[in-house]
Amino acid sequence: MPVVTLTINDELVSALDGELLLKVIREQGVKLPTLCHLDGLSERGGCRLCMVEVEGIHRLQSACTTAAREGMVVRTHTDRLVSYRKMILELLFAERNHVCAVCVMNRHCELQDVAAKAGVDHVRYDYLATGLPMDTSHERFGLDQNRCILCGRCQRVCDEVEGAHTWDVMGRGAGSRVITDLNHPWGESRSCTSCGKCVQVCPTGALFNKGVTVSEMEKEPEFLTRILEGREKKQWSR
Amino acid sequence: MPEAEAPARKRIATAWLGGCSGCHMSFLDLDLRLIDLLAAADLVFSPIADIKAFPEGVDLTLVEGAVANEENLELAHRIRANSRIVASFGDCAVTGNVTSLRNHLPVEELLTGLYKAGSGSVPRSGEGAEILPELLPRVLPLHQVIAVDAFIPGCPPDPDRIWAAVTALLDGRPVPSVEGERTFG
Repeated sequence: MPVVTLTINDELVSALDGELLLKVIREQGVKLPTLCHLDGLSERGGCRLCMVEVEGIHRLQSACTTAAREGMVVRTHTDRLVSYRKMILELLFAERNHVCAVCVMNRHCELQDVAAKAGVDHVRYDYLATGLPMDTSHERFGLDQNRCILCGRCQRVCDEVEGAHTWDVMGRGAGSRVITDLNHPWGESRSCTSCGKCVQVCPTGALFNKGVTVSEMEKEPEFLTRILEGREKKQWSR
Repeated sequence: MPEAEAPARKRIATAWLGGCSGCHMSFLDLDLRLIDLLAAADLVFSPIADIKAFPEGVDLTLVEGAVANEENLELAHRIRANSRIVASFGDCAVTGNVTSLRNHLPVEELLTGLYKAGSGSVPRSGEGAEILPELLPRVLPLHQVIAVDAFIPGCPPDPDRIWAAVTALLDGRPVPSVEGERTFG
């Protein structure tokens, strides 16, 4: 791949042609928040937190799905972008019941952390106060729809890494929900291998181990790059 | 020679709406810093001081708890009218938090489920009863009821966070934004 030169926040930067902007920006030490992105999974461009301004393109671009090109002029933290990021996070809090104080992931949650770093200290929108159902039919894991931000990480890890494709998303907009096996209870799923990868990559308290209470759930989404590297190097093949 | 005029003492208040009083417990955990605070300011209304009516001319009021019933609503409006700076103090005031977990249930069903269908007797609330203030249809964060000048999230906010906020607000500065110190929960 040929090398291209582009400008990020007034600094000249070189990157491989076609390399994703998010990677190039982060390599420069610029902090760009993300929720749907996870190293080891395909990009979805869904959470919109990594949006950047690219000169000459009227619409904002998600850095995780935009390729670096020669001569691109990119800005990551204009007033408009900073204020939009806060709005997106506030809307996520308003859409479901993210009551941190009584959540299994309190103090370990990516949404909570990203919001604090973005300076979200209150939510300007009306809370929808959803009373969505929980699915605790699985022997080891639970699903609380009220904590789900629809990032799609569970769906992608199950499909792309485990190869089971138990998870999907049904519905539209705020009515969307993650489902297992065409909306059958998780515990009755015939495709689920109970590997727990979905639980580990979920950024909030939507997926959790049964038996944990407030603040007790800790996840290690970085396991993904470790097992993918091991797979590539055939560390576990006989 | 006449003595130099001492700077006017600040008047601070704290109020307890629909919350668990945990934020006030954390406020008491300021420990020795409470003495410093009271050296510079008078506490003119608070659930930890036996003062019946919310006074006029308050410089800073910390409000714990969400707006859950008619009494909370009335007090919130009086606080706004009589305070120069109003701060949402803790997650219930800031987000509704645990107090607002009932919001997906209709109020009538809430009381029925808890009392009529349960073993207890129904509390006599509502107009005319004058015993319990009537519940609002939805629990609201404070800033959806009155204008709020500052936010101190946390469940509860830890004493260091409270101290940083209160000293800044009394000095006429905004609440300092320290990364990782403004989390909910």
